[in-house]
Amino acid sequence: MGYRTDYARVHGHGAAGEGVGHWWSQRLTSIALVPLTLLFIFPFGRALGNGHEAFVATYSNLWHALVAVLFMAAAFAHLMQGLQVVIEDYVSTKGLRTALLIANTLLCWALGIAGILSVATVLFSA
Amino acid sequence: MADVNRGNRPLSPHLQVYRLPLAAITSILNRITGVGMTLAAVLIVWWFAAGAFSAEYFATVDGLLTSWIGNLILFGSLWALWYHMLNSIRHLIWDTGRMMDVEIVEKSSYVVLGASVVMTLVTVIIVI
Repeated sequence: MGYRTDYARVHGHGAAGEGVGHWWSQRLTSIALVPLTLLFIFPFGRALGNGHEAFVATYSNLWHALVAVLFMAAAFAHLMQGLQVVIEDYVSTKGLRTALLIANTLLCWALGIAGILSVATVLFSA
Repeated sequence: MADVNRGNRPLSPHLQVYRLPLAAITSILNRITGVGMTLAAVLIVWWFAAGAFSAEYFATVDGLLTSWIGNLILFGSLWALWYHMLNSIRHLIWDTGRMMDVEIVEKSSYVVLGASVVMTLVTVIIVI
């Protein structure tokens, strides 16, 4: 760091110190979610309210399980990024803001992994 | 300086009569739908976890999600999903600098709003 110029240290990092990383990552997950959402919602909608056998039949299928796992991974990554920006925009009390940001990250990871593990359980136990 | 024109000046934008432009409404709706879908995300993970746990527990959670309140939440979330997807596609196009003239934004706002309602109904008809 000592030998770098001031310009070189700040170039491309913006006010948040991470450049366009967050913005770009949110675009990537949004692009991924367009096909994944279309593939996910119809089998999900048909399995919903049709009993446990229909549920197992749908998600013990490798294709439907793969779509569900990819959808959940992309959706929870995207949700985490989106809620983070909303918290940063509207919550200015420092302690509350930090607490909400921590809760958001932990809960989105937990829910995403719980969903993926559930699909994997159905796939591998069928 | 004497204000000779008092009472006869334009008062815009005035907080009590100001109507958000369509572009502002569609913009904030993208946030509202995104945050709103969090509830459905939790419910759907719960549904999957219940299905992996046991047939009995699945029946309970599945029954809850297809009760009138569950259906209402999921139907609302389905519209939110379509709106958020269609409007975000518009945002991705805007990111490339295209379609940003006021008239085009106005027109595409109506297209996004209309298409989100149509696609919600089409989806319900397909999956029922």
